[in-house]
Order: sequence, then C-alpha cells, then structure tokens
Amino acid sequence: MEREKIISVKNLTKEFGHFTAVKGISFDVYKGEIFGFLGANGAGKTTAMKMLIGISNPTSGEANVAGFDVHSQADMVKKSIGYMSQKFSMYDDLTIKENITFFGGIYGLSRIEIKQKIAQLIEELELQEVANNLVGSLPLGWKQKLSFSVALLHEPKIVFLDEPTGGVDPITRRQFWEMIYTQAYKGTTIFVTTHYMDEAEYCDRVSIMVDGSIEALDTPKNLKEQFKVDSMNDVFLKLARNIE
Amino acid sequence: MTIMKRFIGFVKKEFYHIFRDKRSLFILFGMPIAQILLFGFAITNEINNVDIAILDQSNDIETQKIIYKIKASPYFNVANQIEKESDIESEFKKGKIKAVLIFEPNFSKNLETKKVAVVQAITDATEPNVANTIANYTSAIIQNYQSQKKQSNSNQVKVEVQSRMFYNPELKSVFNFVPGVMTVILMLVSAMMTSISITREKELGTMEILLVSPLKPFQVIIGKVFPYIFLSIINAIVILTLGYFVFKMPINGSIFLLAFESILFIISALSLGILISTVSNSQQTAMMLSLMGLMLPVIILSGFIFPINSMPLPMQVISNIIPAKWFIIIVKAIMLKGVGIQYIWKETLILIGMTVFFITLSIKKYKIRLE
Amino acid sequence: MKTILFIIQKEFKQIFRDKSMLQLIFILPILQLLILSNAATFDVKNIAITFVDNDQSRESRDLINAFKASTYFKVTAPHFSEKEAVEEMQKGKTDIIVNIPVHFNRDLQKDQKASISVSINAIDAATAGVENVYVTQILNSYNQNIQMQSKYFSENKEVPQNIMVIPSFWYNNTLNYKTFMVPGILVLLVTMLTLFLSSMNIVREKELGTLEQINVTPIKKYQFIIGKLFPFWVLGLVILTVGLVISKVVFNVPMLGNIFLVYGFTSVYLLLILGFGLYISNHTETQQQAMFIAWFFMVIFILMSGLFTPIESMPKWAQSLTLLNPIRYFVEFIRMVLLKGSGFYEVLPNLLIVTGFAVFVNGMAVWSYKKSN
Repeated sequence: MEREKIISVKNLTKEFGHFTAVKGISFDVYKGEIFGFLGANGAGKTTAMKMLIGISNPTSGEANVAGFDVHSQADMVKKSIGYMSQKFSMYDDLTIKENITFFGGIYGLSRIEIKQKIAQLIEELELQEVANNLVGSLPLGWKQKLSFSVALLHEPKIVFLDEPTGGVDPITRRQFWEMIYTQAYKGTTIFVTTHYMDEAEYCDRVSIMVDGSIEALDTPKNLKEQFKVDSMNDVFLKLARNIE
Repeated sequence: MTIMKRFIGFVKKEFYHIFRDKRSLFILFGMPIAQILLFGFAITNEINNVDIAILDQSNDIETQKIIYKIKASPYFNVANQIEKESDIESEFKKGKIKAVLIFEPNFSKNLETKKVAVVQAITDATEPNVANTIANYTSAIIQNYQSQKKQSNSNQVKVEVQSRMFYNPELKSVFNFVPGVMTVILMLVSAMMTSISITREKELGTMEILLVSPLKPFQVIIGKVFPYIFLSIINAIVILTLGYFVFKMPINGSIFLLAFESILFIISALSLGILISTVSNSQQTAMMLSLMGLMLPVIILSGFIFPINSMPLPMQVISNIIPAKWFIIIVKAIMLKGVGIQYIWKETLILIGMTVFFITLSIKKYKIRLE
Repeated sequence: MKTILFIIQKEFKQIFRDKSMLQLIFILPILQLLILSNAATFDVKNIAITFVDNDQSRESRDLINAFKASTYFKVTAPHFSEKEAVEEMQKGKTDIIVNIPVHFNRDLQKDQKASISVSINAIDAATAGVENVYVTQILNSYNQNIQMQSKYFSENKEVPQNIMVIPSFWYNNTLNYKTFMVPGILVLLVTMLTLFLSSMNIVREKELGTLEQINVTPIKKYQFIIGKLFPFWVLGLVILTVGLVISKVVFNVPMLGNIFLVYGFTSVYLLLILGFGLYISNHTETQQQAMFIAWFFMVIFILMSGLFTPIESMPKWAQSLTLLNPIRYFVEFIRMVLLKGSGFYEVLPNLLIVTGFAVFVNGMAVWSYKKSN
C-alpha cells in the first residue's frame, strides 16, 4: 500500500550571498512517522527546517507541507504544524497557564477550548503544584516537556522539533521520547533534528545531512547494514569521513 | 598568570562582540559625530529672526523710521502688517508670530506736542524667554533711535560702560554647547551601554556561565566595561577634535589635564552603569534607569542648557548630584578659561568621590546577590 | 480580533508582572515632571557680580549701591585689584567684574563723563547677553538720576521727547517659566517612555527567541503589531493623564483649550511614536542596538524641538530639518491648546502632519516586519 506523503521536498535550495547552506535537497516524509533529520552543526539542517516551517524563503526548489506550498501558502502551513525550537521559546515571565492561554489564543482556540487544554495538560504532565508559577522558575526538563505540549495545542498534523533534548539529563530525554512516541501513535507526524546519535535509533527513518546535502536516508537498521557498523554514531562518522 | 591570559582572552572576546558588527560600529562612532555637527551648527540659545507683526495706526514719518530700524535688526522678521487690534488674538492662536508692535494713532504729533508717544509691545508669552527678550530688544532699538535723534545735546552728564566679554568675545553659542553635548553623549553612551550589556548577560543566562569560570567577578565586569572605556575615549577625542577644528573652540588649558578629566568622567559614568546593572534584572529595567532616568536630568540639571545659578535653591542643591554638572564646569574651565588643576581640584575630587561611591555600592549590592 | 485580544492580554500581563519595571514606568516620569520643571528656567537671576572700586568716592559707592538694589545681582565682597577679581572669575566664583577707575568722580564732575569697565564671563553667550542688558539698564537709570540732579538739567527747562515702550505679555503675564516648561517636559516624557519601550519590545522577543515561536504561528502581521503596540498606546495616554493632573494641581498650568482635542491629538501622535519604535525594533538584532538608536533620535528630537532653544534662531537648513521632528509638532500643539486656547482649526495643520507621519511610519514598520526571510 502506498503511504500518504505529508511532506514532500524537491530540489530545495537556500543561498546566503555566495554561501549555499542547503544544496537542492529532495525527500519525502510519510504520515505518522518519526522522521529524524540528522547532521553536524552547520550542516544546514536548521536552515532546511526553517524553510519547511515557513519562516525562511527558499532560494529555489519546492516544498510541500501538509498539502500546502511553504512559500506561497505559508500561513496555511503554519496552521497545520507545531514547532519547538532549540532555544527555549516560551515566556519566562508568564506562568504556565498564561503561556498556554497565549499560544492557544494565537492559534485560534476558543477560551473554553483553552481551559480544557490547560486542565488536560496540567494533568498529563503532573504540573498541578506549579501551574501558577512563572515558567522561568521551572527546571529545563519540565520546560521542554511543556514546550512540546504547547507545540501540540492546536492538534497539528506535523510537529517540528529542533534539537528538543539539548542540555537535559538522560532520564528526562527518555521521558521526552516517550511523549514523542505517544504522539506519533496518535497519528501525528514527527520531524525531529538532533545531534544525539543514540536518539537517531528511536526514529522510523533518518536522513543525514553533510555540507548542505542529504547523504543518506533510510531506516536506522538499513543504514547500519549498508555501512556495516553497529551504531548510528558509526554510520555518521563513516559518512563524514567519506565526504572528506 | 593563566588567569591573566584568560582575562585578556575574555576582553578580546568582548571587543570582538562589539566590533564584529560593522553596523553597530558605524552607529557607535557615527552617531556622536552626527550629533555634535548637527547641534554645533544648528543650536543656539540666542534669539533672532523672530516673526513679528506690526500694527501701525499712525503711518507717519516717525513710525516709518522706527519700523525701518526694526526691520533692519537681525532679531526681528516683520512677517506682516495687521489692520486692527482684534486680529492679534487669532494671529497668536495660529502660532506663526510671536509679537505685535502697536504704534498709537498720531504718533509723531503726540511726540511733538505731548512729548511722549507710545509703542505697545504685545508678546506671546507662552514662551517667556522669547517674550522677555523681544520686549528688551524692542525697547533697546527704540532707545537707540532716540539717542541718535538727540545726538546734539550729548553733553549731558553720564557714565559710559565698556563691556568686555571674557573667554568668548564673539559670543558664540557653540562654546557652551560643545562641552554640553560631549557630556550628554559620554554620560549616556557609557552608562547606558554598560548597564545594558551587563544586564543582557544576566537576562540571557550567560552571566552564570561567566561567573562559574575561573575569572573573578570583578574581572568579568572589567572585561565587559573595558571596550566601552576605549570606545568612549575615542568618542571624546573625535568630539574635541571637531570642536577644535570645525567650531574653532580653543583649548587654552593643558590637553593632558583635559584628557585625564575626560577619562575620569568616562569611568565615573561607567561605574554608574555598573551600579545600574547590579540593581536591574532585565535589560528593560536597565534601560529605564539609565536612559529614561538619566537623559532629561543630564540635559536640564547639568547647566548644559539652563544656567544653574538662576535655578531655585532646591534645584541648585539637587544639581550637585549630577556628575555631568561637574564635568561641564571642568571642561569649560580647562578649554575656555585655560586654568590648571589648582582651580578645579574641588570638582575633580567630587567626580572621584562619586566614582568611588558608585563602585563601592556596586560591590556591596553584588555581594548581597551572591549570598 | 480575538487573536489580538490574546496578545494584548499577554503584553499587559508581562508589563504588570515585573513590579520594579512598573514602578519605574510611573515613578520616573512623575518625579522628573515634578522636579525638572522647576529647574528649566531661562530667567537669569542671582548673577554673581564683584566690584573693583579704585575711586572709593561717594559717587562710586552710589553706583555700587544701584547694583546692590537690583534683584538680578548678588554682590560679592569687593576686591582691591583687577587681578584678584579675575582670579575669582577663573575659579567660577563671580561672573561679572565692574571696574571703577581712579578719578571716576573727578572725571564725572569735570568732563561730565566717566567710564567704567565691565567684564562678563561669556562662555554661555546667551546668558552673557542678558547680563549685559541688565548692567546697561542699571547704568541707564543711574545716568537718569545723576542727570536729574545735574546743573545742565535745571538750566534747560525743556522736557525731552520720550518714546515709551509698554510691553504686555499675553497668556503668561508674569512670565512664569513653569507654564511654558511643564507641558513641554510632559510631552518629552510621554514620547521617551513610549519610544523606548516600543523600540525595545519586539527586539526583546527576537533576543530571547520567542519571536521565532510567534513567526511559526498563523498569526497575521497586523494582528501581532496591533496587539504589541496597543498596551503602550494605553500607557502613553495614562501617563499623559497623570501628567496633566500634576500640571493642573501642582503647577497650576492654565488649560484654556479643549482637553478632548489634547487626547485626540495624543492618540494619533502616539501611533506615530510607536510605529517609529517598531521600525527601530525591526531593524536591530539586540535591545542594546535598539536603545542606542532610540537614544540617538531622542536627543536630536529633544534638542531640536524648540522647547529648550528657539527654532527661529537656527540656520535655515536646520529649521527645515525640524519639520521632520514629531516632538516639535506636539510641543507646539500642546502649548497652543493649553495656554492659548487654540481650537481645532488652528491646530489642524499640526494634526494633519502628525497623521501623515503616523501613516507613513506605521506603513514602513509593518512592511519591514518580516515573518520570514
């Protein structure tokens, strides 16, 4: 059975002056999968992602996200996606409830829906004690779980996670991936960038970007077989060495 | 030794931060130059070219002669003649003219027969300074006219005045404004830029990282402040050079003393900036204190525009806490009066005292935060 | 509309959350209005004057007494040599030195004419000019006195002709500087506060990384901008109100014109300032940059507004530049309406210009705010 394509990218390119950050990449992401977008720092993965979420205009090429063109229908794309950036991006000087209210509001949720969401989220994340505390006072791990939940407030078809687990301890990372699995199980497509190679093992399929191009794209299992190594980390190292 | 190396590395990083961005650099150096040129050429607190109107109810030989004199003066610009007194109100409300001179009917005749003739100078006193000056100028012009008329009987007994204008014989406004503008620029750039740049590190959470590094807290602070000392000194040099070459402002005193005092003032403004950063938890608060809190007091209470001696006593007392006031006195004394340290040691000591006070208080506040 | 309300709610929450910030927003303008309005005066008073009386005659003492009687001067202890007096001026202890030569009295009696020399500290040229006028005035009346007593006068019975200049000061007959300065300083404070806060606002979100999060939402540009600026617009009007109350209650500033006109104009004016702040915010990367640029323009706006120095005295090119200065129009406007009672048609030109600027600046600001690049 042909699976439904939810992201489809063709020859996507981004140039900054003379520097080409993304060199005509093409790939597809299928509905409901956890798609790992890997690469070293500066490989162009964040730039590529920013084009997919409609905050950076492609120099050339096409990308279609949730059925909409990222360039001409950016607002429609934005309605269909959730985004969590590597820089924690909620308001430190607002409480958990206030942050949820704000983001719910600008995604067009009604006040009643927002109330329900707040109750549900606080329940799920067990935040009863701190619901009225300023977000700035929370530990990083909690903040990240909260960010993820807020990115899902408007029930997007796809959620983009940019290095979601940077700087947190292994236990929290583990819990975070459990949340990702739960969400994927519900049918949400997950597009995640990371430079933790062990996390790549959790993905359904991974692509590896080196110097602006996608050098490998397959399931972790196939990639390991293809490169004849035991871990994704070694796949990555081998790939990087080949390029050089 | 390694600490010192690390410190130098840190200072280098801070320099790099500021100077990497061409646009910031252009702003930091270009803007003070633009300001000093603009204000030096454009701003004067002399009053001239005031638009006035004339209501001449006589239109005889005397009034025409006087009006001719008034038109010839640089102070006034006779914008229009008006026909009746009831028009004055509407002219003032439109705000185009500042005064109306009314010559009474039968002016020449009255002067001849009654020995007295009246000119009314009605001024729009919503600007009291302009209004007062207009009244003074008008009576001066008319007095002058009269005394020319009675040249013949000049053998009356009188005391004559020979005025000498000390330090500024050509009465150039710019002599007053160059020190003032320099002070405003140095004060705000130093205090604002340091307080915001230190608070920025706090707000973005990078301050903690710096504080757990082997650098001592004061090294961190000095490292952050150092580039701004450098930058302010360059700005001061540029401003003084422009003052000297473009506005012909003399430097009669010792240039080394001037340099020393400028550096002292820069350091005192920077330490005020540091103090502000210790009490602010966000860049916005730092901005409120350094920019919103300092800008008008520095402009108004420093003697830059308003003479301090003329202020009510409580204001004169308050003005003493403005470091800018002391620096303006010092700069004028060195550049224009050409005096040495023996004349300004008191002002210098006050600036040093303020600097020490700001730094001590910052250290105290800083320690409380750490505990 | 609903979306905008959520943004406004959030902005207000953030403003009210930071209590120390909130206090500063209100205390700083109020305190400055109360204090600085008293200091901003061009009255030249308390002029320190000193005498070097080389003649030590009754006449020379009379002359000194004429100065002592004036309220403008503060006569300090006399000196015996010019050098000593100049020393005092170097130290900044005196601003005027009057030197009465030896034989002053003899010359006056013999030649009907004597001269004194007056040295004025002219670093502040405008003040020196005024001081010179005061000295001349006192000398003139001194001369009139001695002429009245002189023989010449009693021999010539003819009354001299005299043209009298009668000044009258409309709208402010006591030449009270506060009436003039309070509305002006209020305008400055409202402008500074709203410009600084708005120019820092969006760049702050850029710096903290929250702006990116906003940009990936389907929110429209205009919704975001209106939501962002509305709280500052309200804040500007609140500060204006507090300032007007202080003007009336504390300084007794007359309010002849229509107060609704003041609010109408300020509403439009604030849009202009906020739009400008937003424009700065869009073109900067850090709050520090934004503040520096806002500071640069603010100093120019203040010094070239006609509030502290007259616009008429500027060279023509500089006068043309002031036509771009929003504060100039607001200062002019508020004085016209409060102090002169000007009505709608008289301030219409100012209103139209400010409206035009507001439309232009906000157009630029919205256009330059990019959700993507």
